Amino acid sequence: MFSLIRDTLLSQAVTLWRVFRKLFVKADTVEYPDEQPYMFPRWRGRIILSRDPDGEERCVACNLCAVACPVDCIALQKTETEDGRWYPEFFRINFSRCIMCGFCEEACPTNAIQLTPDFEMAEYVRQDMVWEKEDLLIDGTGKYHDYNFYRVAGKQVAGKDKGEALNEAEPVDVRSLLP
Amino acid sequence: MFAFAVGSGLSIASILLAVIVLAAMLIWVERRLLGFWQERLGPNRVGWFGIFQVVADMIKIFTKEDWVPPFADRLSFVLAPAIIMVVVLMSFAVIPFTPEIGVIDSNIGVLFVLAMASLGAYSVMLGGLSSNNKYALLGSLRAAAQMVSYEVFMGISLLGVIVLAGSFNLREIVESQADGWYIVPQCIGFLIFLIAGVAESHRLPFDIPEAEQEICAGYHTEYSGMKFGMFFVGEYLGLVLISSLITVLFFGGWLGPSFLPPIVWFALKAGFFIAFFILMRAALPRPRYDQLMSYGWLFLLPLSLLNLLITGVAVLNTL
Repeated sequence: MFSLIRDTLLSQAVTLWRVFRKLFVKADTVEYPDEQPYMFPRWRGRIILSRDPDGEERCVACNLCAVACPVDCIALQKTETEDGRWYPEFFRINFSRCIMCGFCEEACPTNAIQLTPDFEMAEYVRQDMVWEKEDLLIDGTGKYHDYNFYRVAGKQVAGKDKGEALNEAEPVDVRSLLP
Repeated sequence: MFAFAVGSGLSIASILLAVIVLAAMLIWVERRLLGFWQERLGPNRVGWFGIFQVVADMIKIFTKEDWVPPFADRLSFVLAPAIIMVVVLMSFAVIPFTPEIGVIDSNIGVLFVLAMASLGAYSVMLGGLSSNNKYALLGSLRAAAQMVSYEVFMGISLLGVIVLAGSFNLREIVESQADGWYIVPQCIGFLIFLIAGVAESHRLPFDIPEAEQEICAGYHTEYSGMKFGMFFVGEYLGLVLISSLITVLFFGGWLGPSFLPPIVWFALKAGFFIAFFILMRAALPRPRYDQLMSYGWLFLLPLSLLNLLITGVAVLNTL
């Protein structure tokens, strides 16, 4: 009998009182168009393609982001420069399909694709939701300022031979008997 | 005819107008209060603090297509929303707002209100049945069971007040509370009436007939435009009615210290309970359907009978 009263009346009364106290609490929401909400730096919003510290495209067109994408909204085609650097010939994100899950950012081996705290992406025409590489590329390095893929990777490009990357050992000379 | 007196034309017209305007305003009041209780702001863009949100809602609801589904039973489909409006507005006839304002002093006031509440079940049942839709039918089944069973001890919980006042006339019930409100001797009756009242007007947490998450709005699934609006306003009218009844039966109606006019006392008390009902909506989760029924029949019904028994013994002892 006592437990019935406690469960049916007392606990409900406590809940009512706690919710009533919210009347004197400042609202959690802001009046959005007049007042911008604080956006957290790690917010998963509009996708960008960043550049490395030298100002070159970071994207090496490895297709990992397109594979990771659960809604298949990323399309790209790999091509190469004359000095051996890989880059996307085109890079297209269909933001009408994108669900801002951030898997592409996690999959990216070169920190090229990044999500930003921008969510104001509404368009009147559906086709305007498809962004090309020119729209996606930014001038800066995004969240990672020092990272340069070709300077740390073993990949051979013009001006950097095997073994010349940061922290990279000289390639083993298989014809030498020296230790 | 044109002075405030019980049953005068001015009295009737002002009650009708005030009640309907109040019910419409409650749309805004509820959304705003719910907002505050959920740490949001609520509608505040249209007019002064969003007070014209009602106008915007009204324009929207009036200009919507008034559609009757081809598979529905047309006559009862159209009739159902009208019934709830008429029935609830009729109930306001016997409510004494102040010594001067009121429509009729009926000797069977309490019985009239209960009878009208019973008729209100037809609105919900017809609405669900005529929609020819499974969800609507489920909603109306639940509504029928809920309203019929909660009516039983809604009536019984009032009997304590009637025994104390010795009258079914709501005005005499108020006048007999001059030396003490019935909330003190009848606090159990008040609690039961409060719970039954919420169930009767199927407000949250007892909105099982129209549970949106389970049966997508229940009996008014197929309704749109002004027909839905009538169900909507009818629900708010029911809310005002239950609050007025609680005020009249347990909190001394218009009675209060004389520095405020009687109508203000009535409005303050009724407004408090309207806000309390909205708070319940903000705070409490919906019980399961079978929990609601067993709670009613196995707990509230014996409790209300016990309350009546004790009240009767106490009254007989003082005679």
